[in-house]
Amino acid sequence: MDNLSSFWHWWIIVLTLGCIGLTWLLLKLNQVKTQSSDDQTTGHEYDGIQEYDNPLPSWWYWMFILTIVFSLAYLALYPGLGNFKGYLNWTSVGQWEDEQKHAAAEYAPIFERYGAMSFDELKADPEALKTGQRLFANNCSLCHGSAAAGTVGFPNLTDNDWLYGDTPEAIETSILKGRKGAMMAWGAIIGEQGVKESAAYVSSLSGGNADAALVAKGKEIFATNCFACHGADGKGNQMIGAPDLTNGVWLYGGTLAKIEESIRNGRNGEMPAHEELLGKNKVHVLAAYVSSLSEPKQ
Amino acid sequence: MNHEIVEKNIGLMVILVVVAISFGTLVQIPPLFFDKATTTPIKGLKLYTALQLEGRDIYIREGCHVCHSQMIRPFRAETERYGHYSVAGESVYEHPFLWGSKRTGPDLARVGGRYSDDWHRAHMYNPRDVVPESNMPAFPWLFEDTIDNPITDKKMAALRMVGVPYTDEEIAAANAQVKGRTEIDALLAYLQNLGIVLKSKR
Repeated sequence: MDNLSSFWHWWIIVLTLGCIGLTWLLLKLNQVKTQSSDDQTTGHEYDGIQEYDNPLPSWWYWMFILTIVFSLAYLALYPGLGNFKGYLNWTSVGQWEDEQKHAAAEYAPIFERYGAMSFDELKADPEALKTGQRLFANNCSLCHGSAAAGTVGFPNLTDNDWLYGDTPEAIETSILKGRKGAMMAWGAIIGEQGVKESAAYVSSLSGGNADAALVAKGKEIFATNCFACHGADGKGNQMIGAPDLTNGVWLYGGTLAKIEESIRNGRNGEMPAHEELLGKNKVHVLAAYVSSLSEPKQ
Repeated sequence: MNHEIVEKNIGLMVILVVVAISFGTLVQIPPLFFDKATTTPIKGLKLYTALQLEGRDIYIREGCHVCHSQMIRPFRAETERYGHYSVAGESVYEHPFLWGSKRTGPDLARVGGRYSDDWHRAHMYNPRDVVPESNMPAFPWLFEDTIDNPITDKKMAALRMVGVPYTDEEIAAANAQVKGRTEIDALLAYLQNLGIVLKSKR
């Protein structure tokens, strides 16, 4: 606390030191009061019961003195008396900064070395991959799963199907900057019948069984609406993260009902940006690790 | 004062006992009400919107604060995981505080923007769907229940009485902004706003 007005500054000092002073006074008065009679009693008598005037056990007495001495030393060294910072100049933030400095001295060189390595070098370095795996477990597994196999709405990172490109560089960009998928809701635009037809067509692209009449109608809808992002052949566009609809990999489920749902309500998956959280070097290792997951094991 | 007077007047003794044991309280608590570090909002701190405020009340109603703290202490182990340590100026408009001291789940002081809305929805509906080893309860009713008869304006007016500077316009518009929204919408609005003012994570 270094923002207190002088009133509260002195309020704290007077009460704290006053309290310590009073305990001291208490001890002094206690000493004076002893020996009020010759028979080692305090002179108090209640219903014939007399009170012995035993001194405090000396170990207890000296411990008490010690706590008083300790408190005074503490208040001199550490912040405790209002705006007085203490002779050690200790702060909790200062202690945290020290911890950070020590950690940086120990770990920063490791990650700087990784940051300077190429992706191929990293992928060939078992230590680096192990580091990447731990970073993944701490930061990525909540959405993508501890085995990176993903789940509904969160991409599988092991299957060689990439929304934004399969290069480690593209993966690194995804982690650093985040990604925002934007499939708009078509329900209101093409109507419920249109949703059924286009879903049938999209399902047929990857060999799904669908009514031929619906597929034919859906193909027209696709050619006027969906091609802009997913391409005329439905192969998608990695520049904008539009998925390939022909490879049988479905982020939100590939049943007809699920495809209809995606078309009707849209999908807005989001990968949060991690640059601020992890820093460039850690993301570099992480990208190498994620990239290594979809490669055949040697 | 004579020992005997104190020992034989129980009322007087009660008063003196209270005086004796209140030194710590008097030193620790009242000065904080006047310390600028605790009374000045940090730069960029915004008031809760109507929806966020309702979300916060759902957070309290469902007891989220019982398992999740909102207080990142200035230790490296905590700032590595959660981000910048919490500062008093972030909590100026918090009534009541939700700092907590028990972490069954992780700290949420800076959970805003950490996960996508989709993730939060999946996680709230059934935490095991995205985190198989999670022991957090599921909250499926949040997806069905809507805020039908909001009293958000009254809540804001009450907060204004304790120093949160809502304007008349904000209070007047509050109910319309939350009426009919699902509880999960409100809760996500609150969660995604948590701790985002202090950007520096390190």
